[in-house]
Amino acid sequence: MRMIQPADITEAVARMCISANVNLPEDVHRALQAAYEREDAPAAKEIFRQLLENAELAKNTGLALCQDTGLAVFFVELGQDAAVAGNLVEAINEGVRRGYKDGFLRNSSCDPLTRENTGDNTPAIIHTDVVPGDKLKITFMAKGGGSENMSRVTMLAPAQGWEGIKKFVVQRVAEAGPNPCPPTIIGLGVGGTFEHAAKISKRALGRALDDVHPDPKVAALEQELLDEINALGIGPMGMGGKTTCLAVKIALEPCHIASLPVAVNVQCHSARHEEVVL
Amino acid sequence: MSEYNLQTPLTDEDVVQLRAGDVVRLSGVIYSARDAAHKRIIELLDKGEESPFPLEGAVVYYVGPTPAPPGRAIGAAGPTTSYRMDTYAPRLHSLGLKASIGKGKRNDDVKAALKQYKAVYFGATGGAGALLSQCIEQSKVIAFDELGPEAVRAMKVKNFPLLVVNDCHGGELYVKPKLDPDV
Repeated sequence: MRMIQPADITEAVARMCISANVNLPEDVHRALQAAYEREDAPAAKEIFRQLLENAELAKNTGLALCQDTGLAVFFVELGQDAAVAGNLVEAINEGVRRGYKDGFLRNSSCDPLTRENTGDNTPAIIHTDVVPGDKLKITFMAKGGGSENMSRVTMLAPAQGWEGIKKFVVQRVAEAGPNPCPPTIIGLGVGGTFEHAAKISKRALGRALDDVHPDPKVAALEQELLDEINALGIGPMGMGGKTTCLAVKIALEPCHIASLPVAVNVQCHSARHEEVVL
Repeated sequence: MSEYNLQTPLTDEDVVQLRAGDVVRLSGVIYSARDAAHKRIIELLDKGEESPFPLEGAVVYYVGPTPAPPGRAIGAAGPTTSYRMDTYAPRLHSLGLKASIGKGKRNDDVKAALKQYKAVYFGATGGAGALLSQCIEQSKVIAFDELGPEAVRAMKVKNFPLLVVNDCHGGELYVKPKLDPDV
């Protein structure tokens, strides 16, 4: 059994919280650059110019890319031949406390009813799976509220099938319009149960924008949905244009014979995530 | 599409000339307020007390900035989604508020209030928080400090880059999604 020290987890998490909020991932940067070149409309082009300049400025100054530095969401994969010599959840939360304070990041976590800020951006949202191996992999996402608010879960009838799923997603994106800071990335979870569909839709957002789904049939569905969303013409920040969505990432899992759970997790263009393996 | 340099506080004349799609560079003092601060301001008004800043001609920025690192006036400071303030905005416009700055759609009540009280809704680029912070020269908490990022701040801005999203003539910049009725 390989032992992992809580202090190492805390340090890695604090570092990721700061770095992810300041450095736009390279795949997202490439996608914004490509969109800048693709757009003809002056307003759309100007938005992408500003976003690229913003990314450059954040990298050079250490300022956060966006003032909404998110709820801290983690996907943790703990190898079954590894163990944490202490409290895994507390080690992560301590990393969040430290990272958000030292990085001058915004505390966005509050009581759902009184709306009182918890003051240190904890508790983090932590999804843990036990996997083969003796490593600990931690993926961090800074998930902003604006795009999260535009996300939805629904339970379709199995007869509605792929056409029903597509209709639900495209209508959701159309209704959201400029609100979630388009161009967005769509994490689509299909299958499982009510809560599992939502979880896998969020995890799908961790995939690189330019990766291709290993199953060619799913890859084709991702492309089909991306094309339909971009045909809406909403464009960057709702100003009109060719780029409403940068990528669709689909996660499929078996579900009950009676059900067709569908979750759409909307991610803004400032798709901030990092991972570390300990 | 026209371009304007405007100075706060805004007047009826400033607002009436603006059309959806116009570019505005705003200078002067604007006030930050988002969800929690709006709730507090309305509670004060309900009790017959004053708003923490003069509403006449005022511009409210829907923003909750990140803390200012040493040597900077403010941290990242881009707009938050505006619809959450729709329930409060018409009341503030009726008391003289001339503009709000945010991102995303407004409801029909807000659009009607913009017409009735000659006011305007500006959009700033969401997710460009670091870039927009460069236009904020000073920032000071003036009310509800205990709300942290949601406190009301007086912000001195210079050439803050805005687009007119909803003007006071019923014009709107956002495109309508081309949704196939069969979809």
